[in-house]
Amino acid sequence: MKLLLRGGRVVDPASGINTVTCVLVEEGKIVALGEIPGEEGDASDTKVIDCTGKIVCPGFIDLHAHLREPGYEYKEDILTGSRAAAAGGFTTICAMPNTNPVVDNGAVAGYVARRAREVGIVNVLPIGSITKGQAGEELSEMAELVQAGCVAVSDDGKPVMRSDIMRHALDYAGMFDVPVLSHCEDINLSADGQMHEGFRSTVYGLQGIPAEAEEIMVSRDAMLAKLTGGRLHICHVSTMGSLDIIRRAKAEGVRITCEVTPHHLTLTDEAVGSYDADTKVNPPLRSEGHVAALREAVVSGLVDCIATDHAPHHIESKDCEYGNAAFGISGFETAIAVIMDRLVHTGVLQLSKAVALLTSGPARILGIEKGTLTPGRTADITIIDPDEVRTVDPGHFYSKGKNTPYKGMQLRGWPWMTIVGGRIVFKEGSVMEMKL
Amino acid sequence: MSFETRKDLLGLKDLSREEIELILDTAVPMKDVIRREIKKVPALRGKGMITVFYENSTRTRTSFELAGKYLSADTSNLAVSTSSVQKGESLKDTIKTIEMMGPDILVMRHSMSGAPHYVARNTKMRVINAGDGTNEHPTQALLDLFSIRERKGTLEGLKVAIVGDILHSRVARSNIYGLSKFGCEVRVVGPSTLMPPEIERLGVRQYFDLKEGISGVDVINVLRIQRERQHVGLFPSLEEYAELYMLRPNHLGLANDGAILLHPGPMNRGIEISTELAEGPNTLVNEQVTNGVAVRMALLFLMMGGRRDEIAA
Ligand SMILES: [Zn+2]
Ligand SMILES: [Zn+2]
Repeated sequence: MKLLLRGGRVVDPASGINTVTCVLVEEGKIVALGEIPGEEGDASDTKVIDCTGKIVCPGFIDLHAHLREPGYEYKEDILTGSRAAAAGGFTTICAMPNTNPVVDNGAVAGYVARRAREVGIVNVLPIGSITKGQAGEELSEMAELVQAGCVAVSDDGKPVMRSDIMRHALDYAGMFDVPVLSHCEDINLSADGQMHEGFRSTVYGLQGIPAEAEEIMVSRDAMLAKLTGGRLHICHVSTMGSLDIIRRAKAEGVRITCEVTPHHLTLTDEAVGSYDADTKVNPPLRSEGHVAALREAVVSGLVDCIATDHAPHHIESKDCEYGNAAFGISGFETAIAVIMDRLVHTGVLQLSKAVALLTSGPARILGIEKGTLTPGRTADITIIDPDEVRTVDPGHFYSKGKNTPYKGMQLRGWPWMTIVGGRIVFKEGSVMEMKL
Repeated sequence: MSFETRKDLLGLKDLSREEIELILDTAVPMKDVIRREIKKVPALRGKGMITVFYENSTRTRTSFELAGKYLSADTSNLAVSTSSVQKGESLKDTIKTIEMMGPDILVMRHSMSGAPHYVARNTKMRVINAGDGTNEHPTQALLDLFSIRERKGTLEGLKVAIVGDILHSRVARSNIYGLSKFGCEVRVVGPSTLMPPEIERLGVRQYFDLKEGISGVDVINVLRIQRERQHVGLFPSLEEYAELYMLRPNHLGLANDGAILLHPGPMNRGIEISTELAEGPNTLVNEQVTNGVAVRMALLFLMMGGRRDEIAA
């Protein structure tokens, strides 16, 4: 059975393609890119999909997501997370290790990988923890984690506060050539903060989290990456100062990359004024100056990828007082629409650039052979309908996490079809389960 | 001008000057009611008011209760555990339970900013914010405004210094919002570690020096300092705080003639205010307590659809 995607605009930044053409898929692989001779399309064993008016991209990769399984299945599990990812246009997602138990050994990493294969909707790559139990005291057995399939290490959810441990982590992880994904936050400075520290934290009467709580750690980690030669990736960069530090470090040749989230690119701390806990996220939504700097850095190429930091929560952790609410945004199912509506359609970001940040960008950081439509590669493909207009309704999310600050907003440009390994896993608004 | 279109009273931030004036004007005859032999008007007969305080404040709660009772409302208080709001029943469930009992007005105090806003969105009851975290304490500011206006005859153009822990003070914020709407010049005075970020963007001036801050002012509003702030490293000791910021009798000479002193109470004598001043003739602390009841009566009355001209002066 062949799959012919015909008539769509094919955008594959890795190979510099941005034109209306065809993609031919066979046996789960991309076999041809370009004008496909008529007879191929007419053959009875070829399923032709009319992609006219759509954008055909390499499958989107999200290197920062929380799937919550094992341990917090009431927030999300690998099945619901996979469905949500497919509906959001993601073909490969990386699962952060802050589960219960923590993914700090091969057995738990193996469980996540195995469970994801059973579910079989999208590719789920586990991330192992930097330290045992994410306690920040002793390194995890990284050789074993990598052996079990982990593509990176991270203590995300909390920072590695001890500089000596972070130094050793960068050093040691370097032996396996996996990046260390760093959640940069000086927890003594962020303390009990609820939102970005600035004029609005004064007006809303909420304790602030200064930009420096992030920047101090970005600065420290950049120095340690320089010292060790290790591969450092900064998670969810949210401030102007962090960008300056990363720019300088890159110029010095430090092996440093970074991601930004759709919410930090499109929302400001003004949203917190409603005291709607769906706006509560860590790092917090920042003020206009920071958002502008992030946008500029995405356009200039300083930012290496866009990641959702999909952080689903149970309704009870969000439908409450702001101060009692959990941090996090359920991001899979709005990410692409937010990027399309707020950044691409508004002219802030070129479409091909946006696609690169969701495909070749994260693939390069992870060192995986994905993120391009080059013939011979696995057929992971995301097709976007750039003109579909829909209102965000968390009630219709596949994710268990309904926590989105975009609820009720009308957005233009949504995932239309998601193909993983040549199989259609999402189309016409529905996730297709594998027939067992 | 009426309050019919306004369901809740969550802060002075979003009240207009006219609305504030209406409350203050209505509080004038209410104060007369308090002074009467028979302190009872039938304005709110058949209406129910409930107070829920997630943070202890017997005086504010009692003030609301009496205000309701003087207006013939049926008042009650729901005792909630203040030890930890995180444990036990969710706020949403508690509010639902209260709503099912049928009161018209919910008066709420909470340690978390925005909690009354959250509740207001989730209930049909009219919500009055009796203080939320470090956000607002609108009725305290209203009673401060009333007290100042009563003594000074006007609010227009007055110079007001608010002294103390501005960072954690909802009283300071509500006062800033309220006073600014009447063209007052507002100053905030206190240690730099207890100043909120970018506070001057609210149109106030900050002073770290007490004497400088109170020079030439008409009103000094002294805030209560809390010991916990020292423990998180915001200032070295209460002794040093008192040394730098305690208001003493000799300070009054720096202010304008006839300057008045306010304090939301309860006072820490010898820390933020000297004992001599606490009892001085220009200190309105006791008057503020009476005015608090009057202002809360006015607010309850207006929120339940009352009109200023219905109440005899
Ligand atoms: Zn994080
Ligand atoms: Zn995260």
